[in-house]
Amino acid sequence: MTTLTKTGNTGVTFSLDGEDVPFKPGETILQAARRAGRYIPHLCWHPDFHAQGSCRVCIVRVKGRAGSACTLQAAAGEVVESNTDELNAERKMLLQMLFVEGNHFCPSCEKSGNCLLQATAYEMKMEDVLFEEFYPLRPIDASHADVLIDFNRCILCELCVRASHDVDGKDVFAIAGHGIGTHLVVNSMSGKLVDTDMALTDRAASICPVGAILPKRRGFVIPIGERRYDPHTAADPGTQEAS
Amino acid sequence: MEERRIVVPAHGLLSQAACIADEPIESLVSRYACDPHALVQILREAQARHTWLPRDMLSYVASTLGLTLAHVEGVATFYRFFHTQPVGEYRVLFSDNITDRMQGNAALLADLCQRLGVEPGQMRADGRVSVDFCSCTGLCDQGPSLLINHHQVVTRLDAERVARIAFLIEARVPVSDWPAHWSRVDDHIRRADVLLDTPLPPGAAIAAALARGACGLVDEMTTSNLRGRGGAGFVTGKKWELCRDAKGSEHYMVCNADEGEPGTFKDRVLLTCHPDMVFEGMTIGALAIGARRGLVYLRGEYRYLLEPLRDVLQRRRDAHLLGTAIQGHTGFDFDIEIHVGAGAYVCGEESSLIESLEGKRGTPRIRPPFPAEHGYLGQPTAVDNVETLCAATHIALQGGAWWAAIGTPRSTGTNIHSVSGDCDRPGIYEYPMGTSIDRMLEDCGAHDTQAVQVGGPSGKCLSAMEFGRRISFEDLPTAGAFMVFDRSRDMFEVARNYAGFFAEESCGFCTPCRVGTALVVKSMDKLAAGRGSRHDVDLLSGIDTLMHGTTHCGLGGSACNALHDTIVKFRPAYERRLKSLHFEPAFDLDAELADARRATGRDDAAAHLESTP
Repeated sequence: MTTLTKTGNTGVTFSLDGEDVPFKPGETILQAARRAGRYIPHLCWHPDFHAQGSCRVCIVRVKGRAGSACTLQAAAGEVVESNTDELNAERKMLLQMLFVEGNHFCPSCEKSGNCLLQATAYEMKMEDVLFEEFYPLRPIDASHADVLIDFNRCILCELCVRASHDVDGKDVFAIAGHGIGTHLVVNSMSGKLVDTDMALTDRAASICPVGAILPKRRGFVIPIGERRYDPHTAADPGTQEAS
Repeated sequence: MEERRIVVPAHGLLSQAACIADEPIESLVSRYACDPHALVQILREAQARHTWLPRDMLSYVASTLGLTLAHVEGVATFYRFFHTQPVGEYRVLFSDNITDRMQGNAALLADLCQRLGVEPGQMRADGRVSVDFCSCTGLCDQGPSLLINHHQVVTRLDAERVARIAFLIEARVPVSDWPAHWSRVDDHIRRADVLLDTPLPPGAAIAAALARGACGLVDEMTTSNLRGRGGAGFVTGKKWELCRDAKGSEHYMVCNADEGEPGTFKDRVLLTCHPDMVFEGMTIGALAIGARRGLVYLRGEYRYLLEPLRDVLQRRRDAHLLGTAIQGHTGFDFDIEIHVGAGAYVCGEESSLIESLEGKRGTPRIRPPFPAEHGYLGQPTAVDNVETLCAATHIALQGGAWWAAIGTPRSTGTNIHSVSGDCDRPGIYEYPMGTSIDRMLEDCGAHDTQAVQVGGPSGKCLSAMEFGRRISFEDLPTAGAFMVFDRSRDMFEVARNYAGFFAEESCGFCTPCRVGTALVVKSMDKLAAGRGSRHDVDLLSGIDTLMHGTTHCGLGGSACNALHDTIVKFRPAYERRLKSLHFEPAFDLDAELADARRATGRDDAAAHLESTP
């Protein structure tokens, strides 16, 4: 057990898989770990936005209890388990659930190689989807001149919802439905993106960790082999988020 | 003033709705002072007026409340009782708890659909009627039951009643003119203990609380060691103390009457028989935490109780038990309003309930902070269950030591159970904490019992070996449901019914609950169709383990409890459905050839695959 530790310049620490991680007051476990260059897998969390805690991939164990690292406050001397076989197996199953819930065909997806879902699945050594696919019917929205929405790939991380609200001040997106029918909606009378004031330069247009929101006419500008997760992994300090 | 049972008017309910029907949406919105926090109430009333919620209406509401259309759409599509597509002039929802199933609701629904010529879940082409299932409506002791137009209930359904309903709908007879006794809801109080059997003149407990003072009152609550009866079991005195001490410009007292756990109906009976006891508990709580405003979150299924409960509130205002200077005590100001839900089990979770009170999707909040510190509108809020508040009323009057002397040292007082299923006398039973399952089964007239589901689908499924166990926080905690299954019942079908419930009621926020509950239904349907294998049973266990450890809220965490218990305790019910213990057919190969057979006009033996694996 690591006891309460004071380190010289950084203040108090907690233990993450046996190694001390310094943190500032008010920081969550994930914020502190991310800043220290440590990897706790995550999809719906992004350092620029408030935590949401919905993907559950950042699940960790503290004092025998499971919780999401993006919402748990760091506490001095606490022993946090993250990179364990058990938790990684749970993360893998969560990823498998996300893969079967939507329609994810990596070989034909423009985001392949830049996709955080795909990169995290590689990290968690996911080799199959385990479950029967749902194959939901989700029409794409190609109405906008510059931005395409392929709802088939949406994992409901709500980063676009937060980006459009917090950064762009446009509230282009919201979440609707319930249960397995939960889905992303667009704020216009027609429900189409063309009838919003969404712009290609919006943060919401570039924040998507998967291939659900993509710029048009940029298909495969970066060749396979040179993409974000070709030389790097989702665990590398600089590439833990897709954008 | 005497405590009075509320009288639910059999007629006149829809005339109230008719008043709303005449109200234009503009005045409805302005009646709520264009308050975005009233969104759920506005949508509910708008729908009562218009049957469903067209997009241009959502757009109007959004613009007048200063919200986006997408936000309003998100809220309108979250709650099961809101319709954003046209539905029938008559909306008929059959309660679909396992107890309704056991009483034959599925055949009655099929019969009604056949008589009316309508497909379940779809509107008839002429717009007259829609028929569907809904989650448990809290009438398990007098089912099968149905809910009409999200307002009026019909209990004790049988083939004859269904035939007459079909006739009345075809003849377009207003629901208010249907036979009044169809909507009779019985209390069925079979065993009363201190809560249900102690006379309580309205105001007496408030006077006692005022005499003790706010601090003395909290001390009594702490001494009583009363723990919340809604499921979480938090110590009520501690909650009130935390809330009282939390900083905020306002404090709020909230009554959780969103009794959504299938098989639970005790709060419905308390609200019907002892509404004064509930409101008095809220008033005492308000004194303890320093609240001036109270909110009751009444589940949408109990909409028919709204007007009678409002009458009780008015009577209490007239008697100076609510309003300013309660019982002449200057500075003690408190009033209560009722918020009606719109069909969402998850809103029984206190932070979802608060989100819903604020007019949003009922998604559980990240906790901490807990509502006691950061609740309704970000202010300190105490959320207590109906039964908890009734107990608080008695404790204020009789003292904490009195309550603590009942039950067991760690689980004090009494507990009210909603008993249903295979027994002679379903209904309400109040027992001291520590009562054994055996005793309860004997009292309710259960014979040849195979299993009891204690605490509803999110609780525990007990096999006969465990009937010596006792209701208590240290052994068997419960939120009030007690469903009995005799040996003729198939426990796989029980678990499958519960799985369907959780999939329908998942809020959809977190991955494991949103996808996991749907995967459980798929796997169980596969098993039910005889296409499952041991692999599927193992997969179900894997999903159960995952959901226990990873969901965002406790409801998701308990969604697989019945699945887990039945796999462990009634495994033969699963295994006899396995086509083979090894073969894993995900689909029926022969059935897949049906199109080819149709195209070639063949149906001979050679056009079929061998059916044996």
